[in-house]
Amino acid sequence: MRTHLIEMKVNGKACSGEAVARTTLADFLRHTLHLTGTHVGCEHGVCGACTVLVDGVSTRGCLMLAVQANGARVETVEGLASAEGVLHPLQQAFRDQHGLQCGFCTPGMLITLKELLAENPDPTEDEVRDAISGNICRCTGYQSIVAAALQAAKELRRSGSAP
Amino acid sequence: MKPPPFEYFCPTGLNEAVELLAAHENSKVLAGGQSLMAMLNLRYLFPDVLVDINRIDELAGIAVASGAARIGAMTRQRVIETNGEIARVAPIFREALKLVGHRQTRNRGTIGGSLCHLDPAAELATLALLHDAVVEIAGRDGGRRRLGIHDFIAGFMMPNIEMHEIVVAIEVPLWSAGHGYAFHEFARRHGDFAIASAACLLEKDGGGAISRISIALGGVGSVPQRLSAAEEFLLGKRGEPGNLASALEFCAGLELIGDFHGSAEYRLSVVRSMLRKSLELALARAGRRDT
Repeated sequence: MRTHLIEMKVNGKACSGEAVARTTLADFLRHTLHLTGTHVGCEHGVCGACTVLVDGVSTRGCLMLAVQANGARVETVEGLASAEGVLHPLQQAFRDQHGLQCGFCTPGMLITLKELLAENPDPTEDEVRDAISGNICRCTGYQSIVAAALQAAKELRRSGSAP
Repeated sequence: MKPPPFEYFCPTGLNEAVELLAAHENSKVLAGGQSLMAMLNLRYLFPDVLVDINRIDELAGIAVASGAARIGAMTRQRVIETNGEIARVAPIFREALKLVGHRQTRNRGTIGGSLCHLDPAAELATLALLHDAVVEIAGRDGGRRRLGIHDFIAGFMMPNIEMHEIVVAIEVPLWSAGHGYAFHEFARRHGDFAIASAACLLEKDGGGAISRISIALGGVGSVPQRLSAAEEFLLGKRGEPGNLASALEFCAGLELIGDFHGSAEYRLSVVRSMLRKSLELALARAGRRDT
């Protein structure tokens, strides 16, 4: 089976690796680039755990081939906190509001909410719930995740920084 | 699971893509991948070759002219959902697209992919049927053909295209400004496949009578279906409650399927409710210029 050279910018850093065509973007990130923050749950686009940003838009990492992301700009959960380890306002809010228990869904939740807050800095509770409707969490009952999203939105508006 | 092995091609030209499909047996077009990738991961499909059409720029884009909107096959569902021109001339698209999967799948999923996958519950296939859309298809040697949606829908998950052909665009005839519209569906959870959906477009004359109407229903049968008998019955009526109730009775003539999501009887009951809601809302919206 032919391998493909795949180059992409992940969290601002140029990365490359070789993979056969059937490798999904999520598996490429995890196994080739060793970025295991992106989780793989259902592998058929339902659970949302593998959500990453590809050229700025949220994408299921299990429903896109790595070779299709050749040349793309990819953002994963590893890119959220600063290099010094200061949590992103979304991560801080998840911590403050107990927005996770087991943490399996968290990378997908954070990435999906990052996209939402970038286009809508002041979402209603309903808009938050609509945005994360494609991300399944079996621990929290979503209450604390919604509270965290609203807290992060408020903090980002206060500080005037981009999500 | 992981997809089975396949060869991958990523042409940048439409003719090149058609020739690749023609040259390889058991090849598949990879559009947005939001159904195909899931089917590969579930090992429902074992193609030898995937021809990725995501880098063929001419396949994406929206052009609204008087009378019709032309939507490129590779236009992402989320792009159609958030397009201001489409919202102005065919607002039912935004209403229905909010029900298609989730934001993350709409960011990748395309209108052409949805039409070619042709799930019976697909909102976009139901909308295409509702509008009597025309599908533009590319074949070998630069050949193009245009196919009405009624002929394009050949059967359960079966579009009327050859293995080497590629859908280029969908032409959606537009209704007059201020037309009534509504799309209702019921699914167990937001974004799930609809148990039943009902889409309606209508126009009223100066006296408030229905002068033009289209009704399309999804999810209940093997393919989306028009409810022509109800359309004919409601022409000239004003949407009085008794007439709406009579119109719902035409649902008995639908082709119905039952599966583990719901029996045929249940689907019939749900589709009647969805249709009643859509008719009422479309009637209330007709003539309002602010929609």
